[in-house]
Amino acid sequence: MNWFRYASPASFYPLAGRIARASAAAAVILAVAGLAIGLVVAPTDATQGEAYRIIFIHVPASWMAMFVYFVMAVWSALALGFNTRLSAMMAQALAPTGALMAFLALWTGAFWGRPTWGTYWAWDARMTSTLILLFLYLGVIALRHAVADPRRADRACALLSLVGAVNLPIIYFSVRWWNTLHQGASVSLSSAPKMATVMLTGMLVMTFAAWAYCIAVSLTRVRAIILEREAAAGWVREVATA
Amino acid sequence: MSEFLAMGGYAWYVWMAYGAVAVVVVAETLAVRVRLRAARTAARRTDPAAAPPAARFERENPA
Repeated sequence: MNWFRYASPASFYPLAGRIARASAAAAVILAVAGLAIGLVVAPTDATQGEAYRIIFIHVPASWMAMFVYFVMAVWSALALGFNTRLSAMMAQALAPTGALMAFLALWTGAFWGRPTWGTYWAWDARMTSTLILLFLYLGVIALRHAVADPRRADRACALLSLVGAVNLPIIYFSVRWWNTLHQGASVSLSSAPKMATVMLTGMLVMTFAAWAYCIAVSLTRVRAIILEREAAAGWVREVATA
Repeated sequence: MSEFLAMGGYAWYVWMAYGAVAVVVVAETLAVRVRLRAARTAARRTDPAAAPPAARFERENPA
């Protein structure tokens, strides 16, 4: 199989449609299962009561906000290095979804922080760096709209995305580098999880749901972007009519 | 059921958080579907020779 075939928007367009449909179905199934575990099966937390149930959306949204930015930065690097149109379109398609995930991370965090920490917002290291992540996404989207020529916008956005990637390790290690309000990691690759199994299961299922959701919406968006930007190509009229 | 909705007194916080996620997920799903449909309709109507400047630029400057 020749993988480079799919670097062409014409051959990627139908493949993206198939992956998006499968991901959407997976997202629905996983979300139903994850919400059932998180809201019904998982017991009340001993110290936080029911307020802790925000964890099942807060952690997946926060992880996806960072991970989507990482993927966007990788596509941006490919777009700059190989000057491939589709890589830039993938980066373009990921930015709005990443921005929404960053917004949800901050929003759900605020509504978790108020009952547990006593405040909706503090200039804590992790919260502030996540706010900067949201602004980076919004900056990339604004830059895209500010540059009329799409190929120049591709390069400008790719550069901004790569420079902004320095914020990712800052977010990730913020709870270790600075001793401010946000707690340390409960789940990491290097140690056993510091939470009950059923709670961990619910959180992981919701994370996979968020993952499938982000794939489904960003691939659907990239299909629209391909049609919008390749409108002059003959194949676009053919698939649009089909 | 009302006990479930009350969330042990944390209803405001829990449902404001979950509600925002629901609104965002539904809105974004609808938005990308509308955008894809609009792009299909526009592509069907586009005469490649009379393509918009951006699309013409892409055709003349293939990556």
